[in-house]
Amino acid sequence: MGYVAVKGGTDAIEASIDRLKYERLKGGEQVEVSAILSSMRLLIDQVMSEASLYSPELAALAIKQAEGSMEEAVFLLRAHRSTLPRLYYSETVEPERMGVERRISASFKDIPGGQLLGATHDYTHRLIDFSLLEESEKKRKQWLDQYEEELSALEKATGDGTYPKVVEYLREEGLFETFEPDNTEPDDVTKNVFQFPASRSERLQILTRGQTGAITALGYASLRGYGQVHPTVGEVRMGQLPITVPAHGGDGEDDSYYIGSVRATEVESFVPMPTKGPDGKQELRFEIGYGICYGQNETKAIAMSILDQCLEHPESDAPSHDEEFVLLHVDTVESTGFISHLKMPHYVTFQSKLDSVRNTRKGGDGHES
Amino acid sequence: MKAEPQFAFLDEGSKKEIRRATLKAVAIPGYQVPFASREMPMARGWGTGGLQLTCSLVGKDDVLKVIDQGADESVNAVSIKKLIRATTGIPVTERTEEASLIQSRHRIPEVPLTKDQILVLQVPMPEPLRKYEKKESVTKRLHAESEYSGAWLMLFEQIMKYGRTTTGADHPVLVNGRYVMAPSPIPRFDNPKMDHSEALILLGAGREKKIYAVPPYTEIRSLAFEDHPFEGEDFSGKSCRFCGATGVFLDELYIQETGMTEHQCNDTSHCADRLGRQEEKEVQHATI
Repeated sequence: MGYVAVKGGTDAIEASIDRLKYERLKGGEQVEVSAILSSMRLLIDQVMSEASLYSPELAALAIKQAEGSMEEAVFLLRAHRSTLPRLYYSETVEPERMGVERRISASFKDIPGGQLLGATHDYTHRLIDFSLLEESEKKRKQWLDQYEEELSALEKATGDGTYPKVVEYLREEGLFETFEPDNTEPDDVTKNVFQFPASRSERLQILTRGQTGAITALGYASLRGYGQVHPTVGEVRMGQLPITVPAHGGDGEDDSYYIGSVRATEVESFVPMPTKGPDGKQELRFEIGYGICYGQNETKAIAMSILDQCLEHPESDAPSHDEEFVLLHVDTVESTGFISHLKMPHYVTFQSKLDSVRNTRKGGDGHES
Repeated sequence: MKAEPQFAFLDEGSKKEIRRATLKAVAIPGYQVPFASREMPMARGWGTGGLQLTCSLVGKDDVLKVIDQGADESVNAVSIKKLIRATTGIPVTERTEEASLIQSRHRIPEVPLTKDQILVLQVPMPEPLRKYEKKESVTKRLHAESEYSGAWLMLFEQIMKYGRTTTGADHPVLVNGRYVMAPSPIPRFDNPKMDHSEALILLGAGREKKIYAVPPYTEIRSLAFEDHPFEGEDFSGKSCRFCGATGVFLDELYIQETGMTEHQCNDTSHCADRLGRQEEKEVQHATI
């Protein structure tokens, strides 16, 4: 019997990595990064959101390298993020300025500017479309040309693509409390580790880069009964947010550069909460839960808005209102990493526990027993 | 889109941040300093805290040794060495004496460390009080107030239930008479090696975002009661089946052919070293 646990580790690992490459290549066909970019929009969106790195090209490359595994692709981008110098903070982005691609309200039928359904799977029947098995280049092109022609005729008639926020409409009616804008510099959770109680900016950052499944599960738990938040979606909007950075050496406030735009989904949920009126009488008032994330990922943004509202009310006993419970367990790199570490050897720690277990079975050292 | 590779992976700003947290940790022995843990190319829970310490410390003149539960060639140790080698080009070694920087998962080498060496330990759970208090905001306060009755009660309850303490690895220690600290899951056998260690010991928890330290010559006491003194794992009467070493941490093996249980050194480089020396002796002896 050889010294198995000791020697040969390096060779075995190399062989395993080769095997992994073989699994990626053996089918003979490869999806190129450009094909992922043009056909896997929502996957790319989700990867960028959980990675908190906005780069469709890098996300597509990560998806290719990770053989389509969400967890691995996000991981690759997060690690890559650690090698990059941080040069700027962008200026505050105002979502009123979003170039809207989709925007709906579940609260009002008639919202100023109207409902814009945009592209969504919401209204499709989830039936497997077998015709896609034989989708020809020619047919695709034909459909595209015709559609784009109709589109350009339509677009001439529409405005600049910005829409007023639904919430403004209700605010005018006094249904929301009016707050002074809070212009405190946000805390950056990637540069400074947050402490409890966390600031709201820290909470929102952790939630927006959280794992889609984890955010959805916790938001759902709250909605279903482990919490007290049942919101109405005031507005879901998805589109392009323009990003600007301050110009170096500039002295005026107007000195900033537009560096591009990011697609994002933003949600404002309305939650009725009991408050005390001016005469001490119990009355109801709406509070807002806020959700935002990279790309089009409406489920995550809505769930985030629920959790944001939950975390504003730590007085509830439900776990979704406990910020340590929520914020420490939704990050994909952290949760998948720690779960997967269980596959590492635990020979020493187990030996140590074994020693204790054996000793107790011997009946202790006789002092008390 | 393609980025230039960075020396020791992390960007310089991140390294500086980590070193600043490390300095604070050295200044307050046993205190867990929060730091903005970066995502590494290895999974959280696989030693990313230790790896970030190593990356922030490593220079071009360093010699690195990495061990995983005692073994230099274990899967994870190999993977960490590969990463550091690829991003720095510094030499790696298996011999404890040759290394200036040693990253380890859950063991302190058998060869005593010197003042010219830094030991980096990987930590999965940095909070020694987490077993009875799940909230970080509460454990932080308990540390601030030196309120450690929970830690003592935990041991007391074990004695009441089992007639002895039943901690496995990660038996809590008191650092410099002030902070109760998780020594990372090193076996109890290794706890005494921390006491007045000549080498600086740094502990990094990547997922939990904490760095803490045992500076050289710091008093480390394993928590224990006068009438129930602290005990390491017992290997009395057992020795390594290869090099014959006693008084070291031994792995237990079930040998299928004979149906017997045998033991061998857990610290593989120490074992290989001893074997090498024995061989040398035999060779010298033979030539005479």
